[in-house]
Amino acid sequence: MASSELFSVLVEVRLREGIADPQGSTIERALPALGLGGVSGVRAGKAFRFDIAAADEADALAQATVVAARLLANPVIEESAVTVTAPGAGV
Amino acid sequence: MAARVGVVIFPGTNCEHDAILALERLGASADLVWHGDTSVDGYDALVLPGGFAHGDYLRPGAIARFSPVMEAVGRFADSGGPVVGICNGFQVLCEVGLLPGALQKNRGLRFLCATVTVRVETEDSVLTAGVPAGTELRIPINHFEGNFTCDADTLATLRTEDRVVLRYVDNPNGSVDDIAGVCNQARNVVGLMPHPERASDPLLGSVDGNALLGALLASADSPVGAPVS
Repeated sequence: MASSELFSVLVEVRLREGIADPQGSTIERALPALGLGGVSGVRAGKAFRFDIAAADEADALAQATVVAARLLANPVIEESAVTVTAPGAGV
Repeated sequence: MAARVGVVIFPGTNCEHDAILALERLGASADLVWHGDTSVDGYDALVLPGGFAHGDYLRPGAIARFSPVMEAVGRFADSGGPVVGICNGFQVLCEVGLLPGALQKNRGLRFLCATVTVRVETEDSVLTAGVPAGTELRIPINHFEGNFTCDADTLATLRTEDRVVLRYVDNPNGSVDDIAGVCNQARNVVGLMPHPERASDPLLGSVDGNALLGALLASADSPVGAPVS
């Protein structure tokens, strides 16, 4: 067995609660044109997918959390959620 | 003696020559400093000009923050050296943590390119030393992500410590508390969204930016907080 395996990572970055989201508001205002007037609370964000070679899932999560916190999200206005999928677990 | 200003550039910076020209016409000598450089020794002041560092990918300033030169900029700032970030440079200074807050997409999601009126709110910064509070200046803005945002505690601190350097008279982008520029606690690092170098000649429609750039050059020769005569 190899000493490290490749884990799939999904990082979702979203604006913190209370931070105005001009993009989300604009999207929400466009929805009635689709005939969907009941949609509310639209918040725009970003999703990042990448692979990490790590000894185990905890190691992969630790590394991915560093990537998310130090680069992918600006903690002043954003928060991030990290999901790690073990090799062979499918998506 | 002419102040020597380092103008820090990243891949995608595009206002560096405007900044150099405006500074030189005020009597400074100014050089480009490459983002890969690890030293800013020999400079009296640093300017991070506008543009789209690293294409603004991820977030404006997010990648530039990791450039080798930013460690040198941080040391320069920590030692009291005057540092001014204009537009994208402001975004970089926020990302690297030398200034508080963040610049979000403009309210209304429009790219804004217009000459606006800003009011100097404090004379106590390297960019406004000698420019009385209340002075109104006509200076162009040119940004999509200039909507200054911070949490309530940070805003309260900025106000209590008199660190809002410039406010928009007619808020164009949704910035909290009409903030157009802020400084750090030591008052030697200032970020602003308007482009003073674009208001440096009558041909450009305004020379009001020279008041700020001139203050920076005066600050470059004076210790922080000391009166500039």
